[in-house]
Amino acid sequence: MITAARNYLIFIRRCTRIAFVGDWRYYAWMGLLTVISLLGLNAYAKQLVHGLIVTGMSDEVSWGVYIANFTFLVGVAAAAVMMVIPVYIYDNEELHDLVIFGELLAVAAIIMCLAFVTVDLGRPDRFWHLIPGIGQLNFPRSMLSWDVIVLNGYLLLNVHICGYLLYCRYQNRKPGKWFYIPFVFTAIVWAVSIHTVTAFLYVGLGGRPFWNASIVGPRFLASAFTAGPAIIILALQIIRHFTRYRITDKALLTLRSIVQVSMIINVFLLLCEVFKEFYSGTTHGVSARYLFLGLHGYHALVPWIWTAIALNLVAMVILVLPVSRGLRWLDVACVLSIVGIWIEKGMGLVIPGFIPTPLGAIVEYVPSLNETLVCLGIWAFGLLCYTIFLRMSVPILQGRIAKSNEGQPELQGDAPAPLPDPLPH
Amino acid sequence: MTPTLPPPDDKTSDTSMSRRNFLRGAAAFGGLTALAASLAPLRQLEDFSSSEQFLQKYYKELTPDDMTKVIGRIEREVQKEYGIRPHVRDLKPMDGVEFVYCLNLTRCIGCRKCVHACVNENNQSRNPEIQYIRVLKMPHGSMDVEKGDHTYEAKSVPEKGFFYMPVQCQQCQNPPCVKVCPVNATWQEKDGITVIDYDWCIGCRYCEAACPYWARRFNFTKPEIPKERLNPNMAYLGNRPRKQGVMEKCHFCIQRTRAGKYPACLEVCPVGARKFGNILDPESEVSYIMREKRVFIQLKEEMGTSPRFFYYFDK
Repeated sequence: MITAARNYLIFIRRCTRIAFVGDWRYYAWMGLLTVISLLGLNAYAKQLVHGLIVTGMSDEVSWGVYIANFTFLVGVAAAAVMMVIPVYIYDNEELHDLVIFGELLAVAAIIMCLAFVTVDLGRPDRFWHLIPGIGQLNFPRSMLSWDVIVLNGYLLLNVHICGYLLYCRYQNRKPGKWFYIPFVFTAIVWAVSIHTVTAFLYVGLGGRPFWNASIVGPRFLASAFTAGPAIIILALQIIRHFTRYRITDKALLTLRSIVQVSMIINVFLLLCEVFKEFYSGTTHGVSARYLFLGLHGYHALVPWIWTAIALNLVAMVILVLPVSRGLRWLDVACVLSIVGIWIEKGMGLVIPGFIPTPLGAIVEYVPSLNETLVCLGIWAFGLLCYTIFLRMSVPILQGRIAKSNEGQPELQGDAPAPLPDPLPH
Repeated sequence: MTPTLPPPDDKTSDTSMSRRNFLRGAAAFGGLTALAASLAPLRQLEDFSSSEQFLQKYYKELTPDDMTKVIGRIEREVQKEYGIRPHVRDLKPMDGVEFVYCLNLTRCIGCRKCVHACVNENNQSRNPEIQYIRVLKMPHGSMDVEKGDHTYEAKSVPEKGFFYMPVQCQQCQNPPCVKVCPVNATWQEKDGITVIDYDWCIGCRYCEAACPYWARRFNFTKPEIPKERLNPNMAYLGNRPRKQGVMEKCHFCIQRTRAGKYPACLEVCPVGARKFGNILDPESEVSYIMREKRVFIQLKEEMGTSPRFFYYFDK
């Protein structure tokens, strides 16, 4: 027992150490992310002092880019399953060793999600009111209480799966099936639930016709399963570029077909929504009219949504054409879909739900500088976390950090692994 | 001939080690300094949350003893901040009472006196000003709020061709705001008033998004009330001063109505367009109106919220 604890502590210490070691590009990247994170923290400190008045939000538009980013990132987190499903259900060999990068992305995304909801709270000091037992969690009536549960549960599931698999690899031991396979399958269902519940957060509000539509849930999933795997494709390309980790083209192309199909469904659902809002011509379509065409001379969101639609359409065309079998074009398509969906989820979903207000007033929303800095800070912090996770996991998966080479000089940079010492010390 | 040995590299590795250690130390120091600097604005945080406030229990879990203590704390805090000793009460709903509001759209002239009386009575922030009542100037013949003008400024009211529709919390029988609150910080009381525990609200603003009547308001910053304007007659679930970062809304002037008085908006109305009372009492004015008038409008009836706020017309 004590040896096990000691071994685990050594594992943690070695992982922590490797996070601080790298070449100059690594230091530059981490330094940049740290600086941006601190700028964000500084902006948040100001917000804590003066209140949410330092944001662009108002009683009319009471949620802004914080909740928009939150919504987008829940999708990214949920999309990790799109790698897990082919591996564990269809036994796809190419993706097998890459699943963990998807799950680590989910962990980083959930950390960002939790940060985004926290900065949106007026009284973060009262977060404990949400904890069942000492607080008053309004479960199951409030959709937000569901969200609290599913997000934290998803975080724990993924932390467990990644941590367990990596530690087994470190010890060069075969993972015990019962210790992770049930969790993997739970996580698959759970991933769908986090995004569905987040969609229901909006769908459940009868007073906001723009959100009160059953298509919002399916659209959430379609766009999440486009943007999430697109981010994973880019991450894998970066891992492949900077480390010697073996990632095959075939693995990337499997992900491509996921992005391809999801994007087509996403665009189709968008069409369905646009048709319903505009053809029937009811007064309920007024938020959609504001979003796509502008209303009574107000049209702050019009350029955003058309940019998003253009990006999504171009991405879809590239993805459908054989040209995206070339990885360059695939990268382009991924970037376009990520940006397109980010806009569509944020500016295109959260903000227009508030415009006009239920009493018909039109007040527009533009994020303030301080608010933007907080967002950038959280994104930088999330990327920092993900970079650290990758920095730790790649050498472990390669066998360069393992129990067998404990006590030997630690690796510097990304040099090839030394041959294992045949003699016992 | 002795072979020349390479110089021992102990020394070089020592210096490189110490250089690396120095760099690490410098980086750690720089990092901590940057962290401290980025947190510097927090020094301006004034009594954001005293431990007493931080550990404050949920309204429904307070024993009578707790309540006495909490009221003592609130009175001390108000006195410290405004220099006035307030009278804070925890007024409970009365048995056999369910409040209903009726508003006569034929009479309302859109003078907005109710809006300001409400602000004075309920200790809303004056800067930025928070108002619970929004008066819409509507073109004749339409109940579509999207045709309403929120910011009308006229030399004299009423203007020809328009009617005026004040909207405030509709005290729904099926309130969406209560359903969505993740921490039960808002609920419906026995007498039909939906209240907020200002010491329990976490400020997520989900209720504000859920309300179909745009009745809820958020304290985006520390509320500012001039000392001389503070109303010292306060209720715990009513008009006691709120903190930064919590929700508030119309509570039918709980500090007045649960003590047998009319709401401030009703008292100030110059044309008697506002009627308020106990619907369970057949003799009350609201019961009379509900019996005798032909048409009532519950705003956005199709939402299924079933408001306790009725709009009606004279012939």
